[in-house]
Parts: sequence; structure tokens; C-alpha cells
Amino acid sequence: MSDINKTQQEWPLWEVFIRSKAGLDHKHAGSLHAADVQMAIENARDVYTRRMEGVSIWVVESKYVHASDPDHAASLYDPAQDKIYRHPTFYNLPEELKHM
Amino acid sequence: MPDQSTNQAVHLLKYTLQLADNALILGHRLSEWCGHGPILEQDIALTNISLDHLGQARSLYQYAAEQFNNIPAEIQASFFASPLMQQVNSSVDEDDLAYLRDVSDFRNVLLAEQPNGDWACTIARSFFLDTFNFYLFTDLQHCKDETLAAIAEKSLKEATYHMRWSSEWVIRLGDGTEESHRRMQQAVDDLWMYTGELFLTSAAEQETAASGNSIAGNTIKDNWMQRVTAVIEEATLTLPESGWMQDGGKDGRHSEHLGYILAEMQFMQRAYPGMEW
Repeated sequence: MSDINKTQQEWPLWEVFIRSKAGLDHKHAGSLHAADVQMAIENARDVYTRRMEGVSIWVVESKYVHASDPDHAASLYDPAQDKIYRHPTFYNLPEELKHM
Repeated sequence: MPDQSTNQAVHLLKYTLQLADNALILGHRLSEWCGHGPILEQDIALTNISLDHLGQARSLYQYAAEQFNNIPAEIQASFFASPLMQQVNSSVDEDDLAYLRDVSDFRNVLLAEQPNGDWACTIARSFFLDTFNFYLFTDLQHCKDETLAAIAEKSLKEATYHMRWSSEWVIRLGDGTEESHRRMQQAVDDLWMYTGELFLTSAAEQETAASGNSIAGNTIKDNWMQRVTAVIEEATLTLPESGWMQDGGKDGRHSEHLGYILAEMQFMQRAYPGMEW
């Protein structure tokens, strides 16, 4: 039994971030399974950069990504809705001010 | 009696076919994993690598076809044993070379045609060949023949990745569980007798290397052995004693497996000659 359980153990899941070109941020591209970090980077290369999508790869084990609780969405995000003064467009700039 | 330049041309063609056939047959073997990989990600990795080999094969066959079309007609007539190749009317192309030659016209090393076996066996075969290709292309990119040099330069980037990929798998399996260690050691032991042929100098290698147009396999043996030994040790595996080695592939004497590969790979062109899609 223990052998069967062992072979059924999945490899850990990894989140993949790809930088599409120099100067841009790494963007989340998706996730994949791999046994170790080296395999995760190579799998990411094979799965997510086959069509020249990237010049750099980050991988992080999914278990290290901590997400906000969807049930807290109302308290976390709704209060921002009426704070228009946090946007620069809220402010009227004097005519004399250039290059803004 | 053909003159010396024709002789050189024939040897260069044979050498080009050695490289092309290695790439095609290994690429085809790896493509047999398509849809059967142990996990989705490795299935994609393998088919990517397979396509790298097929891409290299295409460049090399295109060059081989160009060479063949330029040698004198009387030499062309007897160059290939396969009857279908003798029936190609105008000039041959890459597809004719891949799909119309029979076993004895193929010049790949026996290692390339060995069956996939289990995952460890596929990994061991790739590991030995990828390491060989890495050192071969490293040197070949500086050879005098400009086309071979250009193909080698392009292929080296792919071979570098292939070698890293298969080396890591050897280490992962060798230094893994009891079962993966046992299987990896078995695969290395089983395939070891096919590695000697990589470093045997065929007549084609001898002649073309002498004029600086190719790299004879024996000149990269030390580098290959050093790297293979290091990886095998890191994988906690044991390198087999160097015993009796198989050979013959470079001269068209193959194991039974190549016939089955060709039967499947060439079926369409045999059943529907000239078919395209």
C-alpha cells in the first residue's frame, strides 16, 4: 500500500513568472508540476517560452504564495472606491506647471 | 576511378548523412514519447527536444541533397543501395533522403536507434548522445566547411540545453529512490556497449577531418568521458567497465530496430508516393 501511495504522490506545484523582454516586469504566466527547482525552471522554459514569450523566468513553489481571502474583498477593496483624491487626476494643476 | 575532388565530395556527403541520420533517428525515437510522457511538462520537454533534432536533421539533409545533386551521375547511380533512391528522376531533396532510403543507406550510430525502453533508458540514450553532440558541435562550428560550421553553431545552443536536461535527469534518477537508482544504473549498463561507436573513426570522418571539414569522433572522446564520468559520479552511479563495443551503424550495418523505425516513419511515402500535406 505504501508503495502505491508513494507513486501517486504528485510533484509540487510551482507558479511561473515570465519577463517578456528586458525592462519589463515578470508577469504570472501559469503553473506547472516539477520535482525540484531546476526542473521547474526547465519545464517553464519548455511550457511557457516555446514561442519566444520570454527572456527570464522566475518560479516559486505555490505553497509559498499567500493570497488574500475572497471573503474579505468587501472590507479590503470597496473602501478605495470613493477616495478619488488618491488619483493624480483629482488635482487641478496651475497653467504654469509644465511637463506633468 | 573517380578523381580526388569527387572522392572528397563523396566522403563529405557520407559524413553529412552520418550527422543527419543521427539527428533524425534520435528525434524520431523521442517523438514516440509524444502523448506518453510521465507528466505533461516532460511530455512537452521531450517533444520540444525531438523537434530540435528534426530541425537539425532538416538542415543537414538539405545540405546532403545539395551535395548529392552535384556529384557526377555515374557516382550518384551507385551511391545509395535503396532501389527507390535510384528511381528519383531529377534531383533529390531532404524528404527523399529521409523517406526513401532503406536501412543499409542510413549512417546513424546504433545508439540512436535503440528502443525507448523505460524512462531511465530514454534518458541514458539521450545523455550519451547529447553529451557527444555538445562537444561535436563545439568543435564543428570552427570547421572549414561553412555550411556544416553554420549548422553546428545553431545546433550547439540546442545541444547545450539537451545535455543539461538529460544530465540532470541522470542525477535525479541515480540519486533518487532505490527503484530509480536501480533503473538508471541498468539503463547505463545496457547502453554502454553502444557508446564506443561514437568514437570510432569512419572512412568518411577520416577523410573529411583530414581536410578540416569535419570532426572525427575520437578527438572528443576525452571531453566526453570526463563529463560523463562526472555526471555518473554525482548521480551515485557506477560507470561500466569498458568492455566489447558494438559498431557498424556509420557504415550502414544496423540493429534490427532501425527497420521497424523506418517501417513506421516511412509508411506514408511508401504507400502514397509523393504525397504532401
